[in-house]
Amino acid sequence: MSSITPQVVKEHGLTTEEYDRVLDRLGREPTMTELGVISVMWSEHCSYKSSRLHLKGLPTKGEKILVGPGENAGIIDIGGGWAAAFKIESHNHPSFIEPFQGATTGVGGILRDIFTMGARPIAAMDSLRFGLLDDPETGVRNRHTVEGVVGGVGNYGNCFGVPTIGGECVFEPGYSGNPLVNAYALGIFKSDEIFFGQATGVGNPVIYVGAKTGKDGIKGASMASEEFSEDSEAKRPNVQVGDPFLEKLLLEACLEAMKTGAILGIQDMGAAGLTCSTCEMGGRTGAGVEIDLSLVPQREADMTPYDIMLSESQERMLLVAERGREDEVFRVFNKWGLDAAEVGTVTDDGLLRVKNHGEVVVELENSFLTDDAPLYDRPYTTPYRPHPLDGPGVPEIDGEAAKAALEQLLAAPDICSKRWIYEQYDYQVRTNTTVGPGHDAAVVRVKEAGVSLVMSLDGNGRYCVLDPKEGAKLAVAECCRNLATVGAEAVGATNCLNFGNPEKPEIMAQLVAAIKGIGEACIAFNAPITGGNVSLYNETLGTGIYPTPVMGMVGVLPHMNRPAGTTYQSGGKTLVLIGGLLPGEDDQLDRRFGSTQYSKEITKEVWGLPPALDMEFEKAVQATVRKIVEADLAESVHDVSDGGLAISIAESCFGETRFGAEISVDSDAPLAALLFHESPSRIVVSIDTSNLSNVERLAQEHGAPAVVIGRTTDDPKLSFRVNGTLLFESSVGSLYEGWDTALVGMLKS
Amino acid sequence: MKFGVVIFPGSNCDHDALYAVERNLGEEAVGIWHQSKDLQGCDAIVLPGGFSYGDHLRAGAISRFSPVMGAVRRFADSGGLVMGICNGFQVLVESHLLPGALIHNRSLKFSCKTVRLKVETASSPFTAACDPNRLLAIPIAHGEGCYFADDATLDQLESEDGVAFRYVDENGDATQEANPNGSSRNIAGVLNEGRNVMGMMPHPERVADPAMGSEDGLAIFRSLAVSLATAR
Repeated sequence: MSSITPQVVKEHGLTTEEYDRVLDRLGREPTMTELGVISVMWSEHCSYKSSRLHLKGLPTKGEKILVGPGENAGIIDIGGGWAAAFKIESHNHPSFIEPFQGATTGVGGILRDIFTMGARPIAAMDSLRFGLLDDPETGVRNRHTVEGVVGGVGNYGNCFGVPTIGGECVFEPGYSGNPLVNAYALGIFKSDEIFFGQATGVGNPVIYVGAKTGKDGIKGASMASEEFSEDSEAKRPNVQVGDPFLEKLLLEACLEAMKTGAILGIQDMGAAGLTCSTCEMGGRTGAGVEIDLSLVPQREADMTPYDIMLSESQERMLLVAERGREDEVFRVFNKWGLDAAEVGTVTDDGLLRVKNHGEVVVELENSFLTDDAPLYDRPYTTPYRPHPLDGPGVPEIDGEAAKAALEQLLAAPDICSKRWIYEQYDYQVRTNTTVGPGHDAAVVRVKEAGVSLVMSLDGNGRYCVLDPKEGAKLAVAECCRNLATVGAEAVGATNCLNFGNPEKPEIMAQLVAAIKGIGEACIAFNAPITGGNVSLYNETLGTGIYPTPVMGMVGVLPHMNRPAGTTYQSGGKTLVLIGGLLPGEDDQLDRRFGSTQYSKEITKEVWGLPPALDMEFEKAVQATVRKIVEADLAESVHDVSDGGLAISIAESCFGETRFGAEISVDSDAPLAALLFHESPSRIVVSIDTSNLSNVERLAQEHGAPAVVIGRTTDDPKLSFRVNGTLLFESSVGSLYEGWDTALVGMLKS
Repeated sequence: MKFGVVIFPGSNCDHDALYAVERNLGEEAVGIWHQSKDLQGCDAIVLPGGFSYGDHLRAGAISRFSPVMGAVRRFADSGGLVMGICNGFQVLVESHLLPGALIHNRSLKFSCKTVRLKVETASSPFTAACDPNRLLAIPIAHGEGCYFADDATLDQLESEDGVAFRYVDENGDATQEANPNGSSRNIAGVLNEGRNVMGMMPHPERVADPAMGSEDGLAIFRSLAVSLATAR
């Protein structure tokens, strides 16, 4: 009697068609362990079966791209014989079930992806999305999630010794049951010392290093590939537990062992653990891998082959060494007090053969698990759209209402200071952080190469739900704009695509459109995608998240100088808005205003379309600002994004020393749009008046408008005049107070 | 002169301390593996920041049993200069080379930010080159940095001029608001009776490089160099 009933197949997340395919290829019924192995490798999380087809359309090649998608992380050339490996990855599902551990293991996983390639991690960032903190129904849980996730991110990065230098944090009702935790890391190494996850050389030993295998996280990859229901609580044991101390030892030991020259290939055990590392290392070279589970270091006594193959215990690596030089590897791991055991050998048959005390329990072709995994062209219609196209439009407001709106928006969850979050992260360890959290882009110097690396994470689910393609393009543009504020251009990009259930055609349509948008924008900005991650099924009880593609961009500066920050440095400086007041806005302004923070927070409705983006114009603005920064003409540089121009100006007053600003513009546009619309392609610079002609010349050369909008003042007051009439004046001190304390206030609500 | 930076499993500011001594101070620096009992003829020992042994049990509680700590103790007993930064300070109090204890921040959260410090005494090898009238801006980055001792110990510490640094506001006052972690009497760094062992929670090595915008921390490393040069 077969133990593999249709019910068992279903519990493994395989469809009847997929199981039939298994039977066809094997010509026999799989063993239970084989079924487990197939189910995790064919899960959405590991196989990208719904997205692979569309991801193929993304640009991946470039002059400075050393390694593109398909490896543990993408790699770019940063000059001077050095390279950087970076990637972003989601840990959404585990962070919902167990916020602290979910977040720690998310950070741990992405760090391993970096150092498994031989790079030393030097920077981490995180992109977080939660439900509303003060929601009467879900607020308690959301606050608990935030506390846990932030604590977890900090705990892991701090102990590991990598600075968490920036990121973003957004609150929308749709993330209540599906928080997003996207972790990013970047590491550096010499460009001729890159390691790959490959099994080579028949007869070479396959060595297991790091933590012992336990029963934690079994089938985590499958869990991340389905929607949540009411019994998701029961999945708590599927969440892994992180130990950053062990990972720190593993990092040092791996980098030291790599220096011996005895290691030929190495891959971390992340999602799908031993299963994924064995078949992927074999699959990449066409070799076979044979292991015996009785040799695997185990934490618990009664583990079955199924448990061992599917465990997602953290802080483990699999490597292939040169036969005869195993001892050099063992010596290093022994020095760091870590387990290291030869568990098998490389073979020439292209099979993953797993034995348990000599008895074969798995015998599958590696390619069947990897390259030949199911690939779906899922049907898609038009993108799901929960919000109307037409709404209240741009409101008519007077100076007093504008002043109140400014105060309210500065204290809004997406805009307010995230100090409570980033002070829990060590953002300085390694003493390279020249621009830390709270700015447009984060910057670390690379002492070894004499350069600086600039990075930014960005996404906007609200824009994307209104138009997934335009929203994705806007995310790419904003990332590049952030890089431009410190004078850098994108060299490479990584993305994390967070979406709902792809089996619903209107959700699939969101994914398809967003990928198209990313592709177009990355081509326009010459920012090839080097890798990333897709997280689907972000739905609980049928309610999905906003489609949320998060972009991570990396640029290189040829020096290690500290860039000008986003805040004013002195009074009496001229403020110039590169890009102009409302660039590109058309007769759709009433619709486009529906995507803004103003509409979300003050009108309390979301409708319409995202702001209008003209990529050629955006490029002209960015090129102008890069030149301004390069020529060292600006004391501060800050882009206009969430909340619009008024918010950008206010934020720039909030430096260590607080300054004021007198803004005076001439325009017939509605006041609310002028102050709070989120037209992209705008960057404010504060400059010495003597530099104005230079700035205007640079702008003209690149075809970008440069509009003088006022000046900074020593007196910390912020005033706005339109067409000569004073609209309002606010005290910077009280604006700052509201902005600085809002998040803590919401967490205590 | 030669500085030794001890590397425990889990140290993560070891590179930073080595860099500050070598590149910013301009003196020789070597790493000393925690299992070594040989201090390699160093003139001063730095116990760096990090999470030695993952802070398991209590921060610093396991490191005190590392073989290197026996050698460090003998070195200190014979008058050698030992400085503990952050986790290094925690190791020194756990090793009873400094009085008091370091407990969880009052907020129960890790805290990374720049704080103001008042140099409470210039008569120590760690502060001799500091201007006592100038406040230092130095970052903290810790979860267990609340300095705690009973009143008798604190009184004795103060009567012996054993407080090296205090957390203060912009006016130099040790106010409650200026205290980032709830430390007893705003204490940020202490000296032993012999004044040759000092521990501090803030990270001077993070502000030792003009390229990073501040040299406030370099004054402490300079003090060590000056004191060693004078002692020769």
